[in-house]
Amino acid sequence: MRLLVIEDDRDAADYLVKAFREVGHIADAAHDGEDGLAMALEGQYDVLVVDRMLPKRDGLSLIGTLRAKGIETPALILSALGQVDDRVKGLRAGGDDYLPKPYSFSELLARVEVLARRRGGRNEETMLHVGDLELDRLSHQVRRGAEEISLQPREFRLLEYLMKHAGQVVTRTMLLENVWDYHFDPQTNVIDVHISRLRSKIDKGFSQPLLHTVRGAGYMIRDGAR
Amino acid sequence: MTALGKLFRTTTFKLTLVYLTVFALFAAFLLGYFALNTRRLITEQITDTVNAEITGLSEQYRQGGIRRLVVVVDARARRPGSSLYIVTTFAGEALAGNVTALEPGILDNPGWTETVYRRLDEAEGPEHPEHQALVRVFQLPGGFRLLVGRDLDERERLYHIILGAGRWSIAIVIVLGLAGGLFVTRRVLRRVDAMTETTRTIMAGDLGERLPVAGTGDELDRLAENLNIMLERIEALMRGLKEVSDNIAHDLKTPLTRLRNRSEQALRTANSQAEYRAAIEATIEESDSLIATFNALLMIARAESGQARDDMSEFDAAEIAHDVGELYEPLAEEKGITLKVEADTAAPVKGNRELVSQALANLVDNAIKYAEPHDKPVNGVAPEIVVRALNEGDRILLTVADSGPGIPESDRTRVVERFVRLEQSRSKPGSGLGLSLASAVARLHGGELTLEDNHPGLKSVIALPRGGPVQMRDEAARQKESRR
Repeated sequence: MRLLVIEDDRDAADYLVKAFREVGHIADAAHDGEDGLAMALEGQYDVLVVDRMLPKRDGLSLIGTLRAKGIETPALILSALGQVDDRVKGLRAGGDDYLPKPYSFSELLARVEVLARRRGGRNEETMLHVGDLELDRLSHQVRRGAEEISLQPREFRLLEYLMKHAGQVVTRTMLLENVWDYHFDPQTNVIDVHISRLRSKIDKGFSQPLLHTVRGAGYMIRDGAR
Repeated sequence: MTALGKLFRTTTFKLTLVYLTVFALFAAFLLGYFALNTRRLITEQITDTVNAEITGLSEQYRQGGIRRLVVVVDARARRPGSSLYIVTTFAGEALAGNVTALEPGILDNPGWTETVYRRLDEAEGPEHPEHQALVRVFQLPGGFRLLVGRDLDERERLYHIILGAGRWSIAIVIVLGLAGGLFVTRRVLRRVDAMTETTRTIMAGDLGERLPVAGTGDELDRLAENLNIMLERIEALMRGLKEVSDNIAHDLKTPLTRLRNRSEQALRTANSQAEYRAAIEATIEESDSLIATFNALLMIARAESGQARDDMSEFDAAEIAHDVGELYEPLAEEKGITLKVEADTAAPVKGNRELVSQALANLVDNAIKYAEPHDKPVNGVAPEIVVRALNEGDRILLTVADSGPGIPESDRTRVVERFVRLEQSRSKPGSGLGLSLASAVARLHGGELTLEDNHPGLKSVIALPRGGPVQMRDEAARQKESRR
């Protein structure tokens, strides 16, 4: 995956570029809005990581310009402003995700990978499969092997989100945002309990667990046999 | 600027001048109209009398000829009064009458004329000036001419009396108006000066100062009252800001110090990679909780400053109760607590959905946290938390009732403050900001957070006005209006 990090704080940009390279991605950095725009216009990137406040041209206008020129490279906005209305502004300007600073790299990485994959168009499938687990998005039926699994509506959405991003790390905040539509941090980690409940429904009694905990990052559903 | 110059520059004084001009013009118009009409009325009376007399005299002439006319005119002319008579031959030779010194040519033109004259019995000279008269010349058959007229002195005198009265009254209007205007202006100016003076003190930094209110309920009082309310709000915000920075200094510095100490210790004592790793992981964990505290503080500050009023919309509080209940139910169950949601009727309310959700989540989170020790049913019944959404008059209530240890009544107001954690809860994780955030959110919506006794346990109640904070403001304005 090719990434462009547009961030005026050189330390932060270097850190991100290095970290992305360590996990096997190709990453470039731009340090102001104009450079970033020029580089993004070449269209060689899979995901843009854009700081909201940049010299010469701010992040939102950069993304707006790209979109106006028909370039749909997914963009994640990094911002020190973390309020809900700022997030809405960012997404309205054409950003695809919004992460308030300070962030953890694993959170950023998980989100960037989801964005890159989104281009693949997996979203439209009506049947999701992971190993022998099968989820029908139309009839809301879930089965594992021959066994039908009955889920609460929220458990269904949780599983659906995990399966949509099968093989990718999904963080707790991402789940809270996408499954519950909450943008705040519950003091206690309620998501873990929901996951363990879901796990007991889909993995209990099967020799091959599908729902995995990724330490320090989040969760991932994948076919363990692979 | 001199004191007088300042006085003349005030709005009140300028208004006084405008009104003064308007009133003076009005008085002038009224009296002028009165004077002219009086004059016209008198003139009409004169012409009527003169016409009647001429008709009478020409009747005498028709019956008794010139001789009789001369006798009658002669008799009338001798009477004192303002009537004037002359009878002349066609050549202009006077036969009878009491007038002389007429303007030449008057007698040649039949009809109405205004002229000067002198009575025959008055000698010529400065002590007997010429008078003004309105006369009619009438051509009698046979070439004789008859002049009948009336002195106009009466009319002119009346006219001048009225005009004089007009001038005086205008002068009085101006003098009284100016004096009144100056008086009012000075009074207003004094009060405005007092307000300005107070404002200066406030600007100099004494936010505790308030504008003087005279108690008359006039517009200046209302202005002062509103400014005072504004100052109250500013002072509260400033206090909040100071508190926040004090608390940040205090409560963020403690974990920061811990963070620093831990890193230093790792540098000094760690030998293996595993030890370094553990130290760094602990550091990251510590910084994450710092960030969470910081976010909560920002959220509270934002709720308290009223910024979040911009994204308010209509939503159903019952739905929020269900959502939050659903989010926490597994966590409660894991701890052996029954979490129930009782919110069957819709409770529509206008507000910030995200913030209200978070406030309720904090209350539920607290209830679960403090319902411990878990797995120990009280009196054989498992600990229970009930989340309710209720409609009550023009408010909706979101309540969280638990059967935990509760909060002693004496501590209930204190725990809502930032970072306050009771001694008993020091061991529990958390920033101590949950209740303050819930309270700030309630206040942002024009509502309140109250803590009540649930016998046993704690019942936290978020009460929100159905129409959002705007309605509350209108309400306050209406109440104020009705008091006046």
